[in-house]
Amino acid sequence: MSIWSGHRILEKHSLLLIVAILVVVSIGGLVQIAPLFYLESTIEKVQGVRPYAPLELAGRRIYMREGCYVCHSQMIRPLRDEVERYGHYSLAAESMYDHPFQWGSKRTGPDLARVGGKYSDEWHKDHLIDPRAVVPESVMPPYAFLMKKTIDADAVVEEVKAQKAVGVPYTDDMITHAKADVLAQADPNADGSDAVAQRYPKAQVRDFDGQPGVSEMDALIAYLQMLGTTVDFSTYQADAPANRR
Amino acid sequence: MTAAVKTPRTGFDALSVGVVLAAVGAYALVAAARTHEAMFQIHMYVLLAAMALGVVGVIVSGAKPKSAAQSTYNDEIVKAGVIAAMFFGVVGMLVGVVIALQLAFPSQFYFPELGFLNFGRLRPLHTSAVIFAFGGNVLIATSFYVVQRTTKARLAGGVWAWFVFWGYQLFLALAASGYLMGITEGKEYAEPEWYADLWLTIVWVAYLGVFLGTIWKRKEPHIYVANWFYLAFIVTIAMLHIVNNLALPVDAFAGTSVSLMAGVQSALTQWWYGHNAVGFFLTAGFLAIMYYFIPKQANRPVYSYRLSIVHFWALIFIYIWAGPHHLHYTALPQWAQTLGMTFSVMLWMPSWGGMVNGLMTLSGAWDKLRTDPVLRMLVVSVAFYGMSTFEGPVMSIRAVNALSHYTDWTIGHVHSGALGWVGFVSFGALYALTPWLWKRERLYSLRLVDLHFWIATVGILLYIAAMWVAGIMQGLMWRAYNDLGFLQYSFVETVQAMHPYYIIRALGGVLYLIGALVMAYNLWRTARGDVAIQERTPASAPAAVPAE
Repeated sequence: MSIWSGHRILEKHSLLLIVAILVVVSIGGLVQIAPLFYLESTIEKVQGVRPYAPLELAGRRIYMREGCYVCHSQMIRPLRDEVERYGHYSLAAESMYDHPFQWGSKRTGPDLARVGGKYSDEWHKDHLIDPRAVVPESVMPPYAFLMKKTIDADAVVEEVKAQKAVGVPYTDDMITHAKADVLAQADPNADGSDAVAQRYPKAQVRDFDGQPGVSEMDALIAYLQMLGTTVDFSTYQADAPANRR
Repeated sequence: MTAAVKTPRTGFDALSVGVVLAAVGAYALVAAARTHEAMFQIHMYVLLAAMALGVVGVIVSGAKPKSAAQSTYNDEIVKAGVIAAMFFGVVGMLVGVVIALQLAFPSQFYFPELGFLNFGRLRPLHTSAVIFAFGGNVLIATSFYVVQRTTKARLAGGVWAWFVFWGYQLFLALAASGYLMGITEGKEYAEPEWYADLWLTIVWVAYLGVFLGTIWKRKEPHIYVANWFYLAFIVTIAMLHIVNNLALPVDAFAGTSVSLMAGVQSALTQWWYGHNAVGFFLTAGFLAIMYYFIPKQANRPVYSYRLSIVHFWALIFIYIWAGPHHLHYTALPQWAQTLGMTFSVMLWMPSWGGMVNGLMTLSGAWDKLRTDPVLRMLVVSVAFYGMSTFEGPVMSIRAVNALSHYTDWTIGHVHSGALGWVGFVSFGALYALTPWLWKRERLYSLRLVDLHFWIATVGILLYIAAMWVAGIMQGLMWRAYNDLGFLQYSFVETVQAMHPYYIIRALGGVLYLIGALVMAYNLWRTARGDVAIQERTPASAPAAVPAE
């Protein structure tokens, strides 16, 4: 039986044809994706990487909602110019709590993987309100409305719980205090603002937008200011054998 | 008419559709009452209203007496698909022009008080409108037309076919309004939230059922090659859609969800999905269109049966592996990147196998390119397919990708495929279908097809040439060093350098949109049964007498 007459069988039996199609299109994904769930290099932990503080998580939700990922990447490639422009190349572990990833695919604006700490809160606020007031050549949309919308702390708590359910290691202590932490991280004078930085090391506790209450601007800036700051690259040894896999 | 006697209507189709609508409607009612999220509540009311309308529609259509015409082919649903495709095509392209203008003239096209019109929300609207609304409706319409003609059987499933059509439009409405309201999962080309995804899954299973059911009723022993491609498209899209959208809603009555996968796993799953949305939605499905409409319009058989077998299996096997080329030099392990690159380069061959099979179908009928602008559109689409499936493998090579990734070169590449291949092959199919469906002798105006062809072609060339220059320039500027060994350009200087090219790109998009509007007018007049005055001369008209 030649290959061609063998193919006639598929052409006459739709269910066989569908099964054959399913087998053929499953192989590539199984070979490429399945190993990523158990290979050491894709699931290892790196010192310093931690779950997002609740306010940062709310900021990340705004980042997704506004489609920031369509113009900004969060993935620094190990190329000379990128490392010099943006900082140490991105590690897999640094996005291990990103459900889903926000690596992006386009740089209409610059990479944001390590934007944390590069600009002041004031700069971010002015820039988000009117990008061209700060950077005249910018093509970024204005986000002044973030100042007026307040964060719904209860919704953030719900999301923290959902993040825990999909595997992010939030402790019971973190969940219990999630609502208070939303408010405390944006108000350095609040009770428990010290505890935020204890639960979430290196979390920055400030009034990000300079106005009372917790606005979406507070949340987004809190998120931007922590991006890429959790791993200490003065002690991280990129050349260590374990990191060269 | 005999078919009507052989398959008496049991009403099971209407009953089962009604049960699905009632179940979803019941959830929508409870969710609308229980939820804390205002925008999710709006969507639940929309869903509830749509389910109620659906039930009314099922009852009304069941009460209507069955005319004799209904015992042959179901062409009404194909007509609806053609209209929907043309409508969404114009809308999607218009949004594309708007966001192109936003990047070219940000001070004029952003409105600080209207945040929902920002680029980040309109861009998913554009991509979904052109890919899923325009492309999807073209695929549903043509697949329902082609499967009936190639099996010589009426569309199976009765009311279920209409459930697929209207269910899909409802998905589009939920997705599009969701983007504007900021409801998103934050994954490119897979933005709709979990409930819209679930609804699409139901619709898609029904689509497979209707399509397969029609094949089971076939009066031809063999399944025609176009239907292999449609089947691969439907089945694989189902697989990709379900796996990539695995998510946990934060609450049973909440619109927001959290993706099950994170980081590297999320990234590769997303690009396995994303690249194969190109491979199976925008390639396999539209190759099916090529395999029916080019032979039909050229009145020639498909060039090679064996080539179609080889390139079909090779294409669907290799495409699935190509996703990692979107993640070169990222934190994805290098072996996966290398596999993705290798298979992407290999993919060149089955892609060109399809191109050769499409183009060579014109053997002995090349002269028709001069006289039939519809066929010309179809053939040029295949040429664009060949070009972008060569460019793609080149860009998937790591060293090339180091330059091209993150730049507008990618945007140009996508649009040479989207405007040149998917757009033109769809236009050709719609131009061919409209006179067939509305039972007209010919199109309203072939000259307008010609005009559309040239406006759109110039538009594409402006678009992709601008993006090549912009993308390669930006990539080179990012990596440029000065004599002192410092980076030569700040990032914003590279943004500034894009300005003239963004204007040219917007102009190209405007031309392409104008072409689509010309087409919409032409199809509308065709459906009405008009023929352009200048083209009304019958073939037997006496030759013009030269002036003295």
